[in-house]
Order: sequence, then C-alpha cells, then structure tokens
Amino acid sequence: MASNNLTEKTALELSRLFTNKEVSAVDITKAFLANISQREERVKSFLHVDQELALQQARNLDSKLQQGGKLGPLAGVPIAIKDNIATKGTKTTCASKILENFVPPYNAHVIEKLTQADAIFIGKTNLDEFAMGSSTENSAFQTTRNPWNLDCIPGGSSGGSAAAVAACEAPISLGSDTGGSIRQPASLCGIVGLKPTYGRVSRYGLFAYASSLDQIGTFSHDVSDTALLMNVIAGHDSRDSTSSPEAVPDYLANLDKPISSLTIGVAREYFTGGLDPEVEKSVRTALDVLKNQGATIKEVSLPHSPYAIATYYLVATAEASSNLARYDGVHYGHRSKDHKNLIDMYSKSRGEGFGAEVKRRIMLGTYALSSGYIDAYYLKALKVRRLIREDFDKAFAGCDVVAGPTSPTCAFKAGEKSSDPLAMYLSDIYTISCNLAGIPGISIPCGFNSKGLPIGLQLLGAPFSEEKLLRVARLYEMNSDWHTKRPKL
Amino acid sequence: MSLSIDQVRWIAHLARLELKPEELESSASQLSAILNHINELQKVNTDSVEPMAHALDLFNVFRPDELKPSLPVDEALENAPDRKGNFYGVPAVLDL
Repeated sequence: MASNNLTEKTALELSRLFTNKEVSAVDITKAFLANISQREERVKSFLHVDQELALQQARNLDSKLQQGGKLGPLAGVPIAIKDNIATKGTKTTCASKILENFVPPYNAHVIEKLTQADAIFIGKTNLDEFAMGSSTENSAFQTTRNPWNLDCIPGGSSGGSAAAVAACEAPISLGSDTGGSIRQPASLCGIVGLKPTYGRVSRYGLFAYASSLDQIGTFSHDVSDTALLMNVIAGHDSRDSTSSPEAVPDYLANLDKPISSLTIGVAREYFTGGLDPEVEKSVRTALDVLKNQGATIKEVSLPHSPYAIATYYLVATAEASSNLARYDGVHYGHRSKDHKNLIDMYSKSRGEGFGAEVKRRIMLGTYALSSGYIDAYYLKALKVRRLIREDFDKAFAGCDVVAGPTSPTCAFKAGEKSSDPLAMYLSDIYTISCNLAGIPGISIPCGFNSKGLPIGLQLLGAPFSEEKLLRVARLYEMNSDWHTKRPKL
Repeated sequence: MSLSIDQVRWIAHLARLELKPEELESSASQLSAILNHINELQKVNTDSVEPMAHALDLFNVFRPDELKPSLPVDEALENAPDRKGNFYGVPAVLDL
C-alpha cells in the first residue's frame, strides 16, 4: 500500500489494517515519519520527533501481534502530543525558554492510558508558550503554519497538534483547551477537535495554565476517531482531585445512532461580534443539513456571552499568575546566571525565561488579585462566570446542543494580529464561555471559504453529555464530506 | 483606565518579574487597553450572585493517608539548575 494512502487514513482504519495483519506497525510509523520529514520544514507542527523511539514501539507491537498478544484499541496508531503534557524521559517544554531543557521524571495520566492502549508516540507538538495564545506565534521556538495555506497560522494554542493531523503527519493528537485552544485550531485546520467536560479527562501531568478551565482533549479527522480516543483517555484519576467519578460510556458503541427528537439551540449572540459572512453562510447551511435530518432548530439566548472574554481574561490570568509562580529557577527550568540575591534570581530567571504574552498575562493576573483590586476584578469576574454558566443551564433545559460558528473568521495571516493582544483575544469570542461554564464543546469541519480555508461548526453540550454531542456531530458528518478532505502539501 | 509606569513596576515586583524599560512601557499601554475592555464587566448587575470558582460540584476529595514510594532523589534532582549533594543550591538567604 502506498504510504500517502496510509497517512490519509483515520486511526480506526489504521488499527484495523494493523490488527488484520494487512500492514505492520513499522510500515505505518515509517509512512508518517516520511510525511513528517517531507512536510515539517513548511508546516513546523513538531518541537521534537524521536524517530527511533517511535520505530521501537512499532517493532514491539509487531512482535506482540505475531505472538498473539492482546492488543489495545489504539494498536498501530501513531499519536502526536502537545508539548505541555508530561512525557517521562522526553523533553516537555511548553514552547517556553524557561523549560527549554526540561525532561519530566513522570508521565501524564493520559500518556499512561495511551501506552496501555498500544498507541505509538510520534512526537511533541508546538503551541503558544504555556498554551497562551490563538496562533502559535507566542511559541519561543517556531510558528506553525496552516496546512491549507502556509502563509496563515493554524490557530492556537494547540496549533501544532491541529496542523500535525491536518497535514497527515499523525492521524490523531492530543491538545489542551483553556479558552478554545483545541476547538479554534481544529476549526482553522479543517479537522475535528473536542474539549471534554471539565473533570472528564485527568489533568495529572498537564502543565497548568488556568486550573479551573484547563482540559485535555482530542484532534482527529473524523468523529469516530474522537470517540475512539475518548474511550481511552476519559475517566477518573485519583491524582487529579478535580477528576470526575462520573461513569464513562462507550462513546463509539452508539455513535451512528441519531438522537431521537433532536433539538438544536441557536444563540443569537453567536452570530455577532465580527462574524465573517462566508463563515456564517457555511454554519447556517450546516444547520440546514441537521434540520433535514429531522432536527428542530430553536432560538436560545445566552445573554451574558458578550462578557465572556473580559471574564476569561481575569479568571485565567489570575490563575496563571499563581500557577506560573513555580517557575522561579530553583528546582528546574531556566536559572539566570547573573543575580545578586535570591529575590533577584527569581525575577531575572523569570524575566529572561518567559516570553511577552506570558509576562503580560502574569502581570494582568497579579494586578487582578492585588490588594485593593481583587473585589473589582477577580471576584466580579467569578460572579459573571456564574451568570454565564446559568445561561447555559437555562438553554440546555430546552435543547440538546447549542450550535454556532467555532471562530468568527477563517485562519488569518501570520503577523496579522501578533502586535495587538486584544485583537487576538477577540478571536476566541465563541469558544471561551464553554470553559468558563465547564461544559463540553466540539468543532467539526463544515466547509471552506472562497480562498480555500476551512470553516468549523461548534456544538456545545450540557456537562458530561459527550456521548450525545458526538452523536450529533456524527449525524452531520454522515451527511457531509468535509472531513474527508486533505490539503495538498 | 490607564496604568502608570510606576504601577506597572509595582505589579512586576509583586510577580517577581524583571522587565526591561521598554517592556515596562509597552506593558503600561497594552494592559491599559485590556483593562478598558475588562471594565465592561462593571455594567453587569451581580448584586445577589455568588462567585463561581469552579465548574464541578465536587467537595473535599480525600484519600487515605498511606505511605507510598515517592520520586527517587536522583530523579527529583535530575532537572536541578544547581545540585549540591542531595539538595538544591540557591543564593544565601541570610547574611551570616
């Protein structure tokens, strides 16, 4: 089988080819490594690729299959991991100079789960430094490019993980989503990206940005692969005290069964705020597809949505200023060579190690928490956060999912927004409320604009309704073919 | 709403973040622009609203207090910028 055919396949197809002994794990891995070596110079998805380690895992799987050993659900499937998820013995940098040489002594919970599922780790992907950004331009090391147009950014912060899947450098990947960092790059790269309910996937080993919003999630070409990957990574972990004990359903089992009497909520507020007319047209057409499948479309209201960005940039930065206090040059990470005393060592190590956006968010969060301002900023934001959550609770009392665009525009050009932090923040206008409310959200491909750039449909669900959310996404996917498109690279 | 350079310098001190003079200036203008946007929140009536710190209704997650092996010293110190025996080396905190 030609290697380019292999790399365009989904994880489910690859695992079947492998377990049916039609293709070896080594051949699958070599096909993706070949794509990486041909495309990386242009796309720049990865920060580290360990070819030998990937091939060693593949050889082990091939012999396990030969010997008739029991194989996990991801046997023979390569996976790329965002570089803010701890991998024992492999560098984990958060795309920051402060962690440039950091090698974690432990694995994240999701890495253990993927190992048990027999996935093949193919590399660590680029991100905005500490997951703070919407374009990967805040990476200390490189800017990832959009596989559909190399002049454009892939979105962020999980831009490397999204671009790797879109460019067929890996069939699936993991990212993290604090304010849209999975759904926005999935939308901009024309693939599927799921942010699960807060607490659905353990955050153990995910480098914290904003702990009450952060959630690990998935990238894939289609919804079936999302379900497959969620079956592996979802579930309780005692090492994350916010991990939910809620039972995990089999997300794949009933995926193709439509929801009976499906009601889709459409929020007026998600069709304002600088929405590109071409994006709006594709999203409305997608809603018609679901309507033709029997769904009832109903208007719902999320009146506090206009306040989501302001709320987010207080809650997230306040938590970040506290979380990132650990990078002080004492136990690990960069330590300044030139310092007068201990405090000076902290300040210089952090001043030298952090990039501009990380500094900006630490400053904003420190200010929001400082004496005299905490009530007006941080506490005010926590109260508006509750109102945003209550908007969703009311909406879901009358509909199964809320649908709208994932991002107000398609991918923008590199450099276009990098000098204006506020303009960059506003690109997350439709994704941010989901994290504040702690609910699950998915972006699925629903078209292309006139320049050939992908457009994403966002579906949001009530807490722990991933099974339903995926079935609605799958219903759309079965009646469209956007998920089968691959960029020419 | 605009922040002065002195306010920015004070926040940077609280955050233990050394900023270069040009970073102090750009921070003042950028943070002021962001705060202007954030001040929109003051329009929302939150008089009878409880703050929401967390999306989950999970409280007091306990585990048994049992002895378990922890990270071996050598592994824990593997990433130390300055290892001194089984300790992290740091500048003196007290004048002796």
